[in-house]
Amino acid sequence: MELSTSLPAKQAVMADTPNPVDPKRQQFYDLLFRNTTRLFAFLVLLLLAGIIATLVVGSLPSIKQFGFNFLFSTQWNPVTEEFGALVPIVGTLVTSFIALLIGIPVSFGIALYLTELSPRWLKRPLGVAIELLAGIPSIIYGMWGLFIFAPWFADHIEPWMNDHLGKLPFFGPFLEGPPLGIGMLTASLILAIMVIPFIASVMRDVFDIVPPMLKESAYGVGATTWEVVSHVVLPYTRVGVIGGIMLGLGRALGETMAITFVIGNAHELNKSLLMPGNSIASALANEFTEAVGELYTSSLIELGLILFFITFVVLSLSKLLLLQMAKKEGKGT
Amino acid sequence: MNLLYAKRRFINGFNLAMSLGAMLFGLFWLAWILITLFKAGIGGINPAVFTQMTPPPGSSGGLFNAIAGSLLMTTLGTLIGTPIGIMAGIYLAEYGSRGWLAPLTRFINDILLSAPSIVIGLFIYALYVAMVGHFSGWAGTLALSLIVIPVVIRTTENMLKLVPDTLREAAAALGAPQWKTILQVTLRASRAGVITGILLAIARISGETAPLLFTALNNQFFSSNMNAPMANLPVVIFQFAMSPYEDWQKLAWAGALLITMAVLGLNILARVLFRQKTSL
Repeated sequence: MELSTSLPAKQAVMADTPNPVDPKRQQFYDLLFRNTTRLFAFLVLLLLAGIIATLVVGSLPSIKQFGFNFLFSTQWNPVTEEFGALVPIVGTLVTSFIALLIGIPVSFGIALYLTELSPRWLKRPLGVAIELLAGIPSIIYGMWGLFIFAPWFADHIEPWMNDHLGKLPFFGPFLEGPPLGIGMLTASLILAIMVIPFIASVMRDVFDIVPPMLKESAYGVGATTWEVVSHVVLPYTRVGVIGGIMLGLGRALGETMAITFVIGNAHELNKSLLMPGNSIASALANEFTEAVGELYTSSLIELGLILFFITFVVLSLSKLLLLQMAKKEGKGT
Repeated sequence: MNLLYAKRRFINGFNLAMSLGAMLFGLFWLAWILITLFKAGIGGINPAVFTQMTPPPGSSGGLFNAIAGSLLMTTLGTLIGTPIGIMAGIYLAEYGSRGWLAPLTRFINDILLSAPSIVIGLFIYALYVAMVGHFSGWAGTLALSLIVIPVVIRTTENMLKLVPDTLREAAAALGAPQWKTILQVTLRASRAGVITGILLAIARISGETAPLLFTALNNQFFSSNMNAPMANLPVVIFQFAMSPYEDWQKLAWAGALLITMAVLGLNILARVLFRQKTSL
C-alpha cells in the first residue's frame, strides 16, 4: 500500500495502473469470494440431493416390480428374479442392536474412566489408544475377525454357549446353534468393538462439559464418585449421551467390510444368532459387482436406498440431540 | 460404619472397578488386533511386495500395482476434495452466522460424515460407472473425494472458529478486505488445524474399501490409466483374504499390515501436529 502524495504526475500514473486498494474492486472481490464459498457450501446440499435422487432412480425398476412387498419378503433369488429385503434389513438391525447392547456399557465405562478416574498423565495416551481403535480400517477388523476371532469363538465360546445358555427359557433358542464361528453373533461382537470408540469419545466430551461446581457440590455433601456420576453427571448429559449412542448406531448400521467377512452372507432368517445371516451393506459388497440383469442391480440399489434412509434418520436424531446438548453447554458456562 | 455406608462404598468400588475393566476391555482388542497383524503380516513383507505385481493364485508376487493404484487414487481424491472442503468450511465459519444455508449445510455435512461409505460407492456407480459403462480409476477417485469433503469441511470450520475475532478486527482496522483477511490472516492462523483435518481425511480414505468395490474395482496389472479399472490395496486385500489360496492370504496380511501402519501413522502424526483437542 502506498500513502498518497499529492503529486499530480504520480496520480496520473496511478490512474493508469489498477489501484490495488480501490474499494470498488475490493468490494467486488469480496462479493466474488463470498459467493464462491457459498457455492461450495451449496454443493454439499447438492451432493445429498444427488445421492437420494440417483438411488431413487436406480431402484425404480425394483420398486415398480415389487412395491412395498420388497420390504417384507424374505425371497432372494437371482435366478427367478424374485427379491425381498427383509433378511438383510433384519440382519442389519439385529447386529447393530446387539453391538449397542455390548458397546454402550463398555463405552460408558471407558468415558467414566477417562474423565473421573484416570491419572492425569495417562488420560491423553489412553484417549488416543481408544481413538486408534476407530482408526483401524474396517477391512482389518474383517480379516482379523475371519481368521482369528471366528475360529477362536467357535472353539471356545460357542460350545460353552450351547451347553450353558442354550437351555435358558427365553433366550435359549437365540444362543444355541452349530459352532460355525461365522454368523450374526460374531458380526455383532466385532461391530461392538468398532462402535465403542465413537460412543466413548462423544460420552467423554459431554462428561467433560459438566460444570465442576455441580460435581464439587455433590462431593461436598459426601457423595461417592459413582453417585456423582449417576446422579449428577449422567442426568446433566443425558441428551448428549443419547446423541452419542445414536451416532454409534448410525456407524454400526452402515458398517460394511468387517461384517461382510464374518456374517456368512446367507439370505435366510434364523432364530439362532450363531447361524449365518446377511446385512444390507454386506449384501451390497458381495453381490453388486456380480449382479446381472436390471432387476437384480436395481434391487440391490433399493437396498442401498433403504440403508441410507435408516442411517439418515438415526444420524439426524443424533445430531439434533447433540445440538441440544451444545446449547446447554452455551448456557451452562 | 453402618450398613448403608458399607453398601454405598461397595457399589462405588464395584462400579469403578467395572469402569477400569471397560477400559482394559477396549485396550485388549486393540492389542489383540495389532499383535495379530504384526505376527501374520511381518513375515510377508519383503522387497518383492513393493516391486512385483499381484500374482495369479499359486505363484509368488507382490502388491506393487495395488500400492501404486492406492497412492494415486488417494492423492487425487485428496487433491479434489480438499479445496472444496476448505472453501465450504470457510463459508460456514466466516459467513455462516446468518441465513438458512449455513445451518442446513452444517447439519447435512455432519450426516454425510458418518453416512455409510458403501452408499457413496453406489452413488458414483449409478452416476458415473453406469453411464461410462466401465469401472475406472477416476470413479474410485471421485468416490474417495466425496468422503474427503465432509471431513475437511468439519475440521476447517472448527479450526477457523478457534481463531479469535480480535485478529479479524485487527485486519479489518488496517483496511484489509474480508477475502484477504480470511485467506491471509484467519486461514493462516489455523493452518495447523486445517492440515490436521486433511491428514485425518487421508487416513480415512486410505483404508476405505466399500466405495472402491463398485468404482475402481481391481486390476491384476499395473495401470496408470485412470479410465481403466485400477488395482488398489483395500480391494486386493479383500479378494486375497477371501480366497482359499495360502499365497494370496499371506499377501493380504502383508497388505493389511502396510495399510494399518499407514493409517495409524497418519492418525498419530495428525495428533502430534495439532495437540489441541479437535472434535473429530
